[in-house]
Amino acid sequence: MRMFYHLGRYAIFLKKVFGKPEKHSVFVKQIVREIDKLGIDSLGIVMIISAFMGAVITLQTAYNIDLPIIPKYTVGLAARDSILLEFSSTIVGLILAGKVGSNIASEIGTMRVTEQIDALEIMGINPAGYLILPKVVAFVFIIPALTVISMGVGITGGYLAGSLTGEVPGPDYIYGIQFAFQPFYIVYALIKSVVFAFIIATISAYWGYHVQGGALEVGKASTKAVVASSVQILLFNLILTQLLLA
Amino acid sequence: MIEAIDIHKSFDDKEVLKGISTKFEKGKTNLIIGQSGSGKTVLLKSLVGLHDITSGDIRYDDNSFLSMDNASKKRLRQDIGMLFQGSALFDSLTVEENVRFPLDMFTDWNLEKKRERANFCINRVKLENANHKFPSEISGGMQKRVAIARAIALNPKYLFCDEPNSGLDPRTSIVIDELIHEITKEFDMTTIVNTHDMNSVMGIGENIIFIYEGRKLWEGTKDDIFHVQNKELEDFIFASKLFKKIKENNG
Repeated sequence: MRMFYHLGRYAIFLKKVFGKPEKHSVFVKQIVREIDKLGIDSLGIVMIISAFMGAVITLQTAYNIDLPIIPKYTVGLAARDSILLEFSSTIVGLILAGKVGSNIASEIGTMRVTEQIDALEIMGINPAGYLILPKVVAFVFIIPALTVISMGVGITGGYLAGSLTGEVPGPDYIYGIQFAFQPFYIVYALIKSVVFAFIIATISAYWGYHVQGGALEVGKASTKAVVASSVQILLFNLILTQLLLA
Repeated sequence: MIEAIDIHKSFDDKEVLKGISTKFEKGKTNLIIGQSGSGKTVLLKSLVGLHDITSGDIRYDDNSFLSMDNASKKRLRQDIGMLFQGSALFDSLTVEENVRFPLDMFTDWNLEKKRERANFCINRVKLENANHKFPSEISGGMQKRVAIARAIALNPKYLFCDEPNSGLDPRTSIVIDELIHEITKEFDMTTIVNTHDMNSVMGIGENIIFIYEGRKLWEGTKDDIFHVQNKELEDFIFASKLFKKIKENNG
């Protein structure tokens, strides 16, 4: 029953979020600010994790393929497909659910408990639309760029790890990442990442917006936001994979 | 003028406001007093529409707030300024940006005109050299002044103050009280102040209503308050040793 309560309240909340913005010029400024805060500030963590994951995927694949009849370029192919299909969208999405999700939930939650949201309401401003819509738009807009960067850095990390350890010669790796390449895999990853961005931004904002109490409740809302976003990412990953790849 | 007509408000099974009717007069500092938990804040938030009342009516200059459509409510809200207990300034904005915020949202003025108006409001509350500071960089008293400046930026007709002296030292409390009172007169606003501070009552209470367990038990002026024969009100007033002493000295 609790799930239906939250689903209903989430639907009402989304209706408020997607209300008409108060002022176009203010809305555009906020989107630019949120792109910087949610997107550009996440670039570092996305690049570091992508580089190391790409390297680890490459080495693990190389160490597990020890049959001489399997060509070395298979390692590049496996690394590419792992990064494109799953890592750069889903795993990065889960990481961003932690970083961006907790940031949004705690920011909105703190504004709620310190009556800043009430202050907006008193002024006749729709607080959900004013505070949250720019975050959703900005994050959905910037996440494809983060995903593409993650793909590039992940594959480069794999190349460096394979070459430096001597497990996969550079030319083999490069041949592998080009072999039987399907451009749709990139589209598939981008579609998933956009859906995940929407999930992270709206679910985290939902938990923050409905905080009641004080600092302790803001912390709890932040945790709930990360857990709920992560579970929904995994669920939608399954649904989208079935819909797009079947 | 704001009129509350038989307001009831319940949260689940708990009735917090039990039929409050009163008038808050224009150009006066109207005080709602009562102990913590008596329903003062719920009444104030119900009057501004932050809480939906269970029954009754609220009238702003003879217009029923409950019968208004969303567009009218939105227009009315631009005539309302509110000072929150914790100031509720936007952390990410500087003092000047906080004061300018309602102007950014609701006027088509150019930046120069908006800054001019913001600076007028900031000067009016006697804040100096704080325009570029963030709320976390100024004292509680200064935050209240910024909140007042923001509340008057759009030249509102109605000003609501929820425990404006909360967390302030007695001297700063008096300064904030006087500021609210002066602004009320200067802009001819209907001001409602929620407080349990007897210094405020004696300083600025022109029209006072006393709330006890969700009911209005008394209404009058600061001059009448010491002569009332009401146990609950006496308990509230003379909880302070200072006022007890004054009463004893005056016989």
